[in-house]
Amino acid sequence: MSLYRPPRIASSEITSERWFLNRRGFLAAAAGGALAAAGSPAFGEALKSSKSPYTVNEKLTPEKDVTSYNNFYEFGLGKGDPAANSENFKPTPWTVKVDGLVGKPKEFGLEELLAMPLEDRVYRMRCVEAWSMVIPWVGFPLSALLDKVEPLGDAKYVAFETVVRPEEMPGQSGYFQSLPWPYVEGLRLDEARHPLAILAVGVYGKTLPNQNGAPIRLVVPWKYGFKGIKSIVKITLTDKQPPSTWNISAPNEYGFYANVNPEVDHPRWSQASENRIGEGGFFGANRQPTLPFNGYADEVASLYSGMDLRANY
Amino acid sequence: MLPALPRKYHAASIWLLYAAGFVPAAYGFWLGATGRLPGNPVKEFEHLLGLWALRFLVATLAITPLRDLLGINWIRYRRALGLLAFWYVLMHFLTYMVLDQYLNFSAILVDIVRRPFITIGMGAFVMLIPLALTSNNWSIRRLGPRWVKLHKLVYIIAAAGALHFAMSVKVVGLEPWTYIALVAVLLAYRPIRPMLRGRKRRPPEPALRESERSA
Repeated sequence: MSLYRPPRIASSEITSERWFLNRRGFLAAAAGGALAAAGSPAFGEALKSSKSPYTVNEKLTPEKDVTSYNNFYEFGLGKGDPAANSENFKPTPWTVKVDGLVGKPKEFGLEELLAMPLEDRVYRMRCVEAWSMVIPWVGFPLSALLDKVEPLGDAKYVAFETVVRPEEMPGQSGYFQSLPWPYVEGLRLDEARHPLAILAVGVYGKTLPNQNGAPIRLVVPWKYGFKGIKSIVKITLTDKQPPSTWNISAPNEYGFYANVNPEVDHPRWSQASENRIGEGGFFGANRQPTLPFNGYADEVASLYSGMDLRANY
Repeated sequence: MLPALPRKYHAASIWLLYAAGFVPAAYGFWLGATGRLPGNPVKEFEHLLGLWALRFLVATLAITPLRDLLGINWIRYRRALGLLAFWYVLMHFLTYMVLDQYLNFSAILVDIVRRPFITIGMGAFVMLIPLALTSNNWSIRRLGPRWVKLHKLVYIIAAAGALHFAMSVKVVGLEPWTYIALVAVLLAYRPIRPMLRGRKRRPPEPALRESERSA
């Protein structure tokens, strides 16, 4: 009887199923890597960024959780769906069209956006579902992009739109369409101009994974996470309050402003506390009180002075 | 039809069902306690328990139509399936109470009173308690026809469970719709049943059957 049995090495350990099923993609990516020398960005590439004062001193949510626990209904309703179903999504090449009430409408190529002065921003992220993370984004202030297109005097709002690609986004095809597409969001111009509002192109020092909204997404840390529209293809300056997807879907549950507010409950659950996603199983995710404006009240509360935050939830 | 399981294995097969029935909960607890559930492990575990409770309720309701329409008599498993549903609902509630809300009783009370989907879920749990307590031969004998009447509560419980699930999610997707449809079909079958069976002899009351008593 043999005492030692050599371990059977699964073929999946040599070539993962993902790459096996995506051999052409792998070859294309390899070719793309060769082209990257010529300046084309590849997914998961390290980004150059500078430190920023806008950082919270709290323990970062592990990268594994940030990139595997997501709401991105274009890829499915489950938290693991975006990571599982976004393999075929192609974040490059990409352009973002900025138009509407602006002096210089323009279509920005991704290379141009990645060449903006990028900063590290460690932000709290509070989901409307009462869980939260602390995420190290890489991005640039939205106002820097707005400056380039020169908004006109009558522009009051900024509208955003996500890409529609049913062939690459399984949640956008089939019989059960969870939401009307494209996903749309909006901010008041003064909110959009606030230095905390950024367009993120990376997380944890690398370009965004598809499930986190590659290649470019909005991050507005004092608002519930659903305001952070992902995979943006269009930004329009308007004089009317733009529609926002969740507000269309359930107006009594999700308002246009969606500022984090522990005093105003979601009709189906309390917003007074939140589960901080972390390591270590049942006892790692700990419940903690939710702060007004997600802890950014000093910076942003003045934007809403005189407003009834219960009516404008 | 299926080959009949020899009588001497009936009792063992029921205990096997109980053992297998608790595997999802035990496995999920192990995953969560050791940090192997991604993201929000408490919610994942809570949802896993709720989903299995609903599955066992659906299975419980499926026993009668399976026998009527396909001639498969699994009535000896019905009590185990119903009790498994009860235990899963209890674990679902305990997870919410202890791991999710940290025994914050005022928050829990506010949830139960103010959030309709939680009120409905809680109602289903409360209704399940007398059913679980009377799921034994002594109660069946003792209560007689009243037992049958009492256990019709399971129809309301299953409907409440499916509704609780559908109302808890942000978007009612394929999964909640599937459970709503399953429960709807299984409940709709009940009033149709006497018509389908026509003038045929009424079957003996399931609760009093020999196979059930041997469970």
